Amino acid sequence: MLLEINDLHVYYKSYWYTLKVLNGVWLRLDRGERIGVIGESGSGKTTLLKSILKILPQNGMIPRGEIRYDGKDILKLSGNELSKIRRKEIGMIFQDPMAALNPVFKIKDQLYDILKYKMMIEGHNPSSKELYEEASKIFSDVRLPDPDRVLESYPFQLSGGMRQRVMIAMALISAEKLLLADEPTTNLDVTIQDQILKLIHRLVMQKNLSTILVSHALGMVYQMTDRVYVLYAGDIMEEARTRELFSHPKHPYTQLLVASTPRLSSVGVGEGIKGKLPDYRNPPAGCRFAPRCPYVMDKCINTKPGKIQVNREHVVSCYLYD
Amino acid sequence: MQDDVILNVLNLKKYFNTTEGVVRAVDGVSFNVEYGETLALVGESGSGKTTTGHVIMGFYPPDDGKIIYKGIYDLSSPMKKRTLELKRDIQIVFQDPGTSLNPKRMVKDIITLPLLVHRTIEKKRIYEKVAELLEYVGLSEEFMFKYPHELGGGEKQLVAIARALAPQPSFIILDESTSALDVSSQAKVLNTLVKIQKELRLTYLLITHDLGVVRNISQRVMIMYLGKIYEEAPTEEFFKSPMHPYTQMLLSSIPTLSEDDEKIKPKEIESVGEIPSAVKPPTGCRFHTRCPFAKPVCSQQDPPDIIANSGHIVRCWLYE
Amino acid sequence: MQKTSVQELKFIELERKIKRENWRRMWFRFKKSKLSILGLSMILVLLFMAVFADYVAPYPSHAGLHIAFKNAYKPPSLEYILGTDMYGRDVFSRIIFGFRYAFMMIGLVLSLVAPTGVILGLLAGYYRGTVIEAIIVRLSDIFISLPPLVLALSIASILEPNIFNAMMAVSLMWWPWYVKLTYSMTVSLRNEPFILAAESQGASTLHILFKELLPIQLGTILTKVTLDAGWIILIGAAISFVGLGAQPPTPELGTMVSEYSKYLPEYWWMSLGPAAGIILIILAFNLLGDGVRDVFAGE
Repeated sequence: MLLEINDLHVYYKSYWYTLKVLNGVWLRLDRGERIGVIGESGSGKTTLLKSILKILPQNGMIPRGEIRYDGKDILKLSGNELSKIRRKEIGMIFQDPMAALNPVFKIKDQLYDILKYKMMIEGHNPSSKELYEEASKIFSDVRLPDPDRVLESYPFQLSGGMRQRVMIAMALISAEKLLLADEPTTNLDVTIQDQILKLIHRLVMQKNLSTILVSHALGMVYQMTDRVYVLYAGDIMEEARTRELFSHPKHPYTQLLVASTPRLSSVGVGEGIKGKLPDYRNPPAGCRFAPRCPYVMDKCINTKPGKIQVNREHVVSCYLYD
Repeated sequence: MQDDVILNVLNLKKYFNTTEGVVRAVDGVSFNVEYGETLALVGESGSGKTTTGHVIMGFYPPDDGKIIYKGIYDLSSPMKKRTLELKRDIQIVFQDPGTSLNPKRMVKDIITLPLLVHRTIEKKRIYEKVAELLEYVGLSEEFMFKYPHELGGGEKQLVAIARALAPQPSFIILDESTSALDVSSQAKVLNTLVKIQKELRLTYLLITHDLGVVRNISQRVMIMYLGKIYEEAPTEEFFKSPMHPYTQMLLSSIPTLSEDDEKIKPKEIESVGEIPSAVKPPTGCRFHTRCPFAKPVCSQQDPPDIIANSGHIVRCWLYE
Repeated sequence: MQKTSVQELKFIELERKIKRENWRRMWFRFKKSKLSILGLSMILVLLFMAVFADYVAPYPSHAGLHIAFKNAYKPPSLEYILGTDMYGRDVFSRIIFGFRYAFMMIGLVLSLVAPTGVILGLLAGYYRGTVIEAIIVRLSDIFISLPPLVLALSIASILEPNIFNAMMAVSLMWWPWYVKLTYSMTVSLRNEPFILAAESQGASTLHILFKELLPIQLGTILTKVTLDAGWIILIGAAISFVGLGAQPPTPELGTMVSEYSKYLPEYWWMSLGPAAGIILIILAFNLLGDGVRDVFAGE
């Protein structure tokens, strides 16, 4: 097992109120495995990834929970050990490359920085020629044409697809064991998205990386992962092998979500889900999906259902299967 | 002019001056929209699909070409010069639920505006009418007194639809109306759109990049790339036998959810390259820079219209 | 003619209830900060004193020309809380009348400047790229470049130096700031889909300007208005201090500071009172401004 998350709670505190976002998230990831987390906007997906790297914003706090990575408890690690892991073992592809890249520095400066730190951890201080060669190698890995021009560019001078490739290149430098991808293709066109996904897939396979892909696009998760977790309003609702989950969804939320997705082969979509995400300031006490659930029962409202094993590789958190 | 055509667009052109040069956003687009149908205008960013919709709405005048509405009205005039009747008859639902409603106005005020402007209803019955419209798009009457920030994304779009329905239009432009929504709220909006179209015999021009949505609500599809339309077909036929290499690339790029969907996707083509800049679009067929089947002629001459089947037109040298 | 139906009346009643509820919520947000409550109560107290100065002030007749040399130069005491000045006038009474002038200045300037600036700003932003925009923007640039003291000086030399003319000078240089504020906000809102939607549905320009564009900016404008109130006092006092504004014996706070500063440091209480008055009123408006900002930012 590479990563195990248990009972993870994450709160955001502001002057007026506390947002109770993650509500006891659990998750495990084996070496070389590719898992997906699906959830709609505002379900806490990004928060989950950021807490794995411990890069939550200033007002984020983890009152309870455990993140075990490679035998170490991430939440208890010192700053030094943590930054080693961030620089050498875990890489993250962010949703919006424009926000993740610094607009006032050339790609070269940002890329070399990351490369240098990583090499210095390995006990080697690289010359600028070495850096350049390494960068060109990585760029050819991510199929970036004309690496010299890209290196000398500022982020805004690149197209969306190219920026995303640069982001992936940077993430791969630090990802020797684990790659976190947060909606890696959100703002890209379909044809470019396809290229990027195939690229990530190829690199992950090549380097045998464990991956967590977080997305609201069900199709993407279906094609890229072995196992899926369904996250709704900060709670894991269901976990199963990818094919199993999409062909036999158990949790009412997953069922409605899968049914709502338009297909190419047939006409007609489900009726969607009524209502909206709960207010994190004052979330439901029981199952967080209860207020929107068509099968809601009395006990759903007051107590949160536990993990229920429906078959060997399918876990659901819902009283319907109790 | 045929009787069943509600909107007739002829050789429409719209260029924008930017610091980098002239962007040829829409470069000679012609099509007809028939009464009661949903025509999907599909393209990726920079294809000019949204510009086409906005020119029809009159947000900016076309540089060339004609737009004829209902056989008699000329829509090439800017919005300010249009008659109130035209402003009533053509409506738009925007993409971003965050900006399509004024954050400081109650839902009631938002929907009342078109009712008052067009005097669709006497003032004494205005609240009842708003409640009726809300109910019609599937929202309860309590929504009347809410502000946009109290609504979810899907609910906002439903309010935007109710606003568009208020003046009893016959033609609605859906400008990526469901793109910014999560699937669970998108489903509700799509179903509502289909329902009201049937009941009110509305005509939709659906502008989108999402072929899944197209499959679900439109009868005809047009594929736009860098300001030009390259393929046009009835939806069924379109998904069964896509012809233009770009269309095939587009279809093959969609991440699907099941084996059945997977079968629809063309296998022999893979997405490569980037969309060129619309400032200096490639000569000839604008797709030739990314097309695996490109021939010398593709980069020299505009491809001809090839009628493959009834209603299925493709602009590609491969089928010459 | 149809009568208003029961259903309709029910909705109208409901709307009233919800609007009341919304006001209550705004008040709640304001109330959350103790400092803004403090600011508001300070302003209310000062305003009360200003309006009823004739009854509140212990010696109302001391406001203007009043000479009683036997009482001159008295330090603060129970009889004269803030002491007396060189003519034997009660400084405290004069300050209370000073507040009256202060509020009059604020009222006069803001009621001229804010509506003018906001309307012109809305117009300039809405008619972006036309002559209307060019004229309004250029004009406000010209006025913004004039230093208020120089303007006041020239007005005072043409007309006479009094508080009204001084305020006219302040107003002349102040309105462009409201133009700038609303203009920039309007420009950024101008092509938002909800504006396009309203326009394409046939809404009138008046509707777009005042029902769509203005409400969004109202919070920012009101915050600026409250914060500006303090500045107007300060500038008014400065103009009076250099002798271009209110003339003695007008009990204007700035004039008083200027008049009494000649008697520093022996008779410190004379200038201390009016100076503290100026600070107090500016502080009150700034605290209130923070509260106003919270009310609108919280949405």
